[in-house]
Amino acid sequence: MAGSMKVLVGCKRVIDYAVKIRVRPDKMGVVTDGVKHSMNPFDEIAVEEAIRLREKKIAGELIAVSCGPKECGETLRTALAMGFDRGIHVEINDRQLYETLTPLHIAKIFAKLVEKEKPGLVILGKQAIDGDCNQTGQMLAGLLKWPQASFTSKLSIDGDWAHITREVDGGLENIKVALPAVVTADLRLNEPRYATLPNIMKAKKKPVDKVDPEQLGVDLSPRIHIIKVEDPPVREAGVKVDNVDELIDRLKNEAGVI
Amino acid sequence: MILKNLITVRAALNGRKHFANVIQRTSLSTISNRQQLDLLKLDYNGITDSVHDQLASIVGSENVSSSTAILEQHSHDESYHSPVLPDTVVFPGSTDEVSAVLRICNEQRLPVVPWGTGTGLEGGAIPSLGGVVMDLGKRMTTIRSINESDFDATVEPGVSRMRLNDELRATGLWFPMDPGADASVCGMAATSASGTNAVRYQTMKHNVLSLEVVLANGSILRTGGRSRKTSAGFDLTGLFVGSEGCLGAITAATIRLHPQPERAVAAFSAFPSIRNAVDAATAIMQCAIPVAKIEFMDEDMVDAVNRFSDLENSIKPTLFIEFHGSEVSTDDDLSRTADIVSEFGGADFTFAKDVEERSRLWKARHSALYACKTLRSGPNIRYIMTDVCVPISRLSECLTRTKEDILECGLPGPIVGHVGDGNFHVILLVDRSNSDEMDIATGVIDRMCHLAISMEGTCTGEHGIGIGKQKFLVHQLGASTVDAMRNLKSTFDPNHIMNPGKIFSFT
Repeated sequence: MAGSMKVLVGCKRVIDYAVKIRVRPDKMGVVTDGVKHSMNPFDEIAVEEAIRLREKKIAGELIAVSCGPKECGETLRTALAMGFDRGIHVEINDRQLYETLTPLHIAKIFAKLVEKEKPGLVILGKQAIDGDCNQTGQMLAGLLKWPQASFTSKLSIDGDWAHITREVDGGLENIKVALPAVVTADLRLNEPRYATLPNIMKAKKKPVDKVDPEQLGVDLSPRIHIIKVEDPPVREAGVKVDNVDELIDRLKNEAGVI
Repeated sequence: MILKNLITVRAALNGRKHFANVIQRTSLSTISNRQQLDLLKLDYNGITDSVHDQLASIVGSENVSSSTAILEQHSHDESYHSPVLPDTVVFPGSTDEVSAVLRICNEQRLPVVPWGTGTGLEGGAIPSLGGVVMDLGKRMTTIRSINESDFDATVEPGVSRMRLNDELRATGLWFPMDPGADASVCGMAATSASGTNAVRYQTMKHNVLSLEVVLANGSILRTGGRSRKTSAGFDLTGLFVGSEGCLGAITAATIRLHPQPERAVAAFSAFPSIRNAVDAATAIMQCAIPVAKIEFMDEDMVDAVNRFSDLENSIKPTLFIEFHGSEVSTDDDLSRTADIVSEFGGADFTFAKDVEERSRLWKARHSALYACKTLRSGPNIRYIMTDVCVPISRLSECLTRTKEDILECGLPGPIVGHVGDGNFHVILLVDRSNSDEMDIATGVIDRMCHLAISMEGTCTGEHGIGIGKQKFLVHQLGASTVDAMRNLKSTFDPNHIMNPGKIFSFT
């Protein structure tokens, strides 16, 4: 008998972690055309955790959500291939709008979806590897007025409670959180499974609903203005000096540090 | 020494820029091998300024280097053989550049060694005669194609197996060959590498569909297409797989991919004796249970791994097994194997179905080589790893006799093996500053290889001949076979510039 708790998981489409990032010639962003993208690694971990909850007969329906252009459909298919039941694609085709989305926008979108779907648990990756913001989960919890458990490295559900271990600066923190809650997944929560060929095939038939953010009543107008994107300064070669006097001279007169 | 003077005189006469340096560290080569190499050197030139400039004009001056650090990096692989500095290292960025570089080296009679990741275990990539190391791994890093529906991929030499699998992770496919190192896939083709999954997914020999190879004269060959089968002409793909850079430089490989297993279950069990463990493995294979991995570790290895990876396995000969398949089939394989294991006295039969547990288990096995160092510490302690492969029916005898020999010789020598293939590795820990120990180690390896050959096996299951195993080749295959190889070599590489001094000699 399957569990009955619906679980919602966010899957962000990001540039693959192994790709060498290049700044666009217009210096307003990074090159994304023709570049390999994949699901944010922390979201993969979130997906895996939800699937394990279903295997333990705690979770029931698993829903994956992605916000962005049509390619996000591929990201959702990966979640479906790993074992999710249904996908929701919040379609944002305007590229400039997409590039100025911030965690608050996403959190608002998710809050609306949560109102509609009524999951018992939302799992998000702790942060995306492009933005590195580490804010969406926390903001979502705030908007929903739900308990939150971030940097989760261990999760177990016991009735209406979730027992969580969090990785924090000082070590590991164990807390108990009432459901429904927002959990953000950290690296050591689990090791995600690979999608197998039969599951990839099956995933093609699973439903993906398209949603217009305007229909959700979420205002996506930019809250930030991108001024410039540039490479970090090129590292310069070190300089060898012949003696201490020269060192002092150059530190004083060239580097200006003494 | 007369030979050295001869070389110096010839060098002066031909206006060579410099000659190869041979770092004198403890070496296992016999005096006659050294003389052989010295004699061979007389046939080659050094690198003049003009040649250097020609190379720079092909690949760009920033991609030719004779700096000490770069030369040293390319002077050794992960074997115990003495490093030898090349004269220069070239970093080509494309097949055309490789072709142009080889053409020059051929005209100028410069030794050339194609280089992937430098992770070989038999000295195959060591530039024994100096010359040029052609580092194909640094700039040729493109994954040219991944064909998901056909289960194949084409990669350049700079693509390592782990990187390839990383690219494949969302496709439902993987590349199962897993030698210990994160080796270059093209390099793996050059040594016909294998790994823990060979028992189910076979070796590079069976998984290379076609190669792009550049010959010494610069000709670029494509040895096949992407079809599963072909009867078109001679099998040049097979010829170049395992050729260790001696017939040509591999600039791209099209390899076969496999579907990710639906489920993987790992299991292990300790046995009262080596014979019991190996007999159990043999029985499992003979029952045709489709294991994906079946690995053996003797008690010394288990001890080392326990210390290194902080585990508490019982210090006894152990089998590590993995099953791939569906839930139903893996459960069935598991229970049938459990029966066989107990029949042969296996105890503590443990299995792991979830990913983290399985990873932990296999990490222990994969770090076996590093773990060995915990068995004997000291600044001069080096490992000497070797491998033989025999028909499965002879494995038990071969392994037990080898272990007896090791125990008698007094050096630590843990054993780890892909017993499903009849293949095992001995890792001897020697003090390389002690020539007696080196002699003892050589003795063990020699006897082991001869034993394997006498059982219709091979002196090298997956590492290649490289430098150290040349002496066994004629004994193993016969003089006429090795002569045939020499003839082929002379056809493909008439000036003998491709990785001279490896596999077999010409003197």
